[in-house]
Amino acid sequence: MYPPSFDYYAPTSVDEAVRLLDQHQGEAKVLAGGQSLIGMLKLRLAQPGALIDINRIPDLSYVREDATFLRIGAMTRINELHASDAVKARYGVLFDATAEIADPTVRNWGTVGGNAVHGDPGNDLPACFLALDAEYQAQGPKGSRTIAARKFYTDSFTNVLAPNEIVTEIHVPKAAAGSGSAYSKMERKVGDFATAAVAVTVTLAANGSVAKAGIGLTNVGPTALYAAQASDALVGKTGTATDLGTVGDLAAKAASPVADNRGPVDFKQDMIRVWTRRTVTRAIARAKGGS
Amino acid sequence: MAIDVEEVATGASPNSARVIHVTVNGVTHRSKVDARLLLVHYLRERLRLTGTHIGCDTAHCGACTVLVDGIPAKSCNLLAVMVDGRSVQTVEGLEAGGKLHPVQEGFTKEHGLQCGYCTPGMMMASVALLAKNPNPTEDEIRRGISGNLCRCTGYVNIVKAIQYAGKKMQEAPKGGA
Repeated sequence: MYPPSFDYYAPTSVDEAVRLLDQHQGEAKVLAGGQSLIGMLKLRLAQPGALIDINRIPDLSYVREDATFLRIGAMTRINELHASDAVKARYGVLFDATAEIADPTVRNWGTVGGNAVHGDPGNDLPACFLALDAEYQAQGPKGSRTIAARKFYTDSFTNVLAPNEIVTEIHVPKAAAGSGSAYSKMERKVGDFATAAVAVTVTLAANGSVAKAGIGLTNVGPTALYAAQASDALVGKTGTATDLGTVGDLAAKAASPVADNRGPVDFKQDMIRVWTRRTVTRAIARAKGGS
Repeated sequence: MAIDVEEVATGASPNSARVIHVTVNGVTHRSKVDARLLLVHYLRERLRLTGTHIGCDTAHCGACTVLVDGIPAKSCNLLAVMVDGRSVQTVEGLEAGGKLHPVQEGFTKEHGLQCGYCTPGMMMASVALLAKNPNPTEDEIRRGISGNLCRCTGYVNIVKAIQYAGKKMQEAPKGGA
């Protein structure tokens, strides 16, 4: 299959990329790792007039932890994020998810920014960033702004970015003492999108109960979903069977999957119920120092 | 050595084509290509390196796997312009001086293939796996090649082939095969 013809630009700075996006208002797509976009071009699901290839922009690939954030450059490859010691030690949800996106070869090119921003409800990182309450830093012609992940996704492949804005960095709030997180993905086979997947973050109070929680869901709605009611219901709980039942039910209620070859609606909702329980349990265990 | 490849770009807009410099198996090529040209088509149709196969054409099967700066990539899912200035290794680049690469030898000795369609991609993924992890466990091998599908072997002999190559490469004196 051949992609349709397009104009190609390979800017070497974010400013230049923004200028090109501005010049092509709405007609251009940003090419990051290309692992979703090139397939969509081949299938004519996307036919942009221009591609702005940001692979040549230096300094967009890094994972740094400072006093407030884990800062992830938008062009960090998914395998690079997985290899980060900080991620392995303190951001279990990202460590888990980056081991299960597509397959290891695709993860060599696929980027964190691309996966986060692309907008396919099957992308795995959006649910993680929703659960983590991350924010995306976007640059446009008038400067940069930060957008909460929980306010970013409006519909499938649709977000609040202006056509001349580009996400350059992801800010994950620095892992607090007593925090733990996990991601569980039910997939039919390596390389498939999730049938259902759940991201959970918790921070425990001194008495062992949950002080703060976030639950994100993958591929059970038009976008990744933040299960607010389920997250709130987890606060103050310790993860008993009753707690897990309540939270699992609320997460399943937040899901609005469609029936497809991965299963019918009831099945997917039930998988969210079950996988939420299990993932909350894993996140709490990690918060207590387990792996 | 730079080879100036025939300019066959047919793009209507001047920005839809581009001159790229790509080092493939040690030879640097200068080529004018349509921006939409996939890396796998560049390798197979422009450079006539048909060892790299097109399987699913949707980035699932891994038959088109090549190494870009030593790292496995699915060449059906990259544009040729994305590897401008980079180094690409294909299955044709494995053999050196008439001597098979240990991974090629492993696939032969351990019967790591039946129809052979997945083999070039499977071997490139194996080369990268062993470069990173010279002595992988079976589990690490199976995870390492999980982006490559084989419909014949059931993977058992592929795992053995990679284990064979790993051993062989550790035994080989530095600078040897």
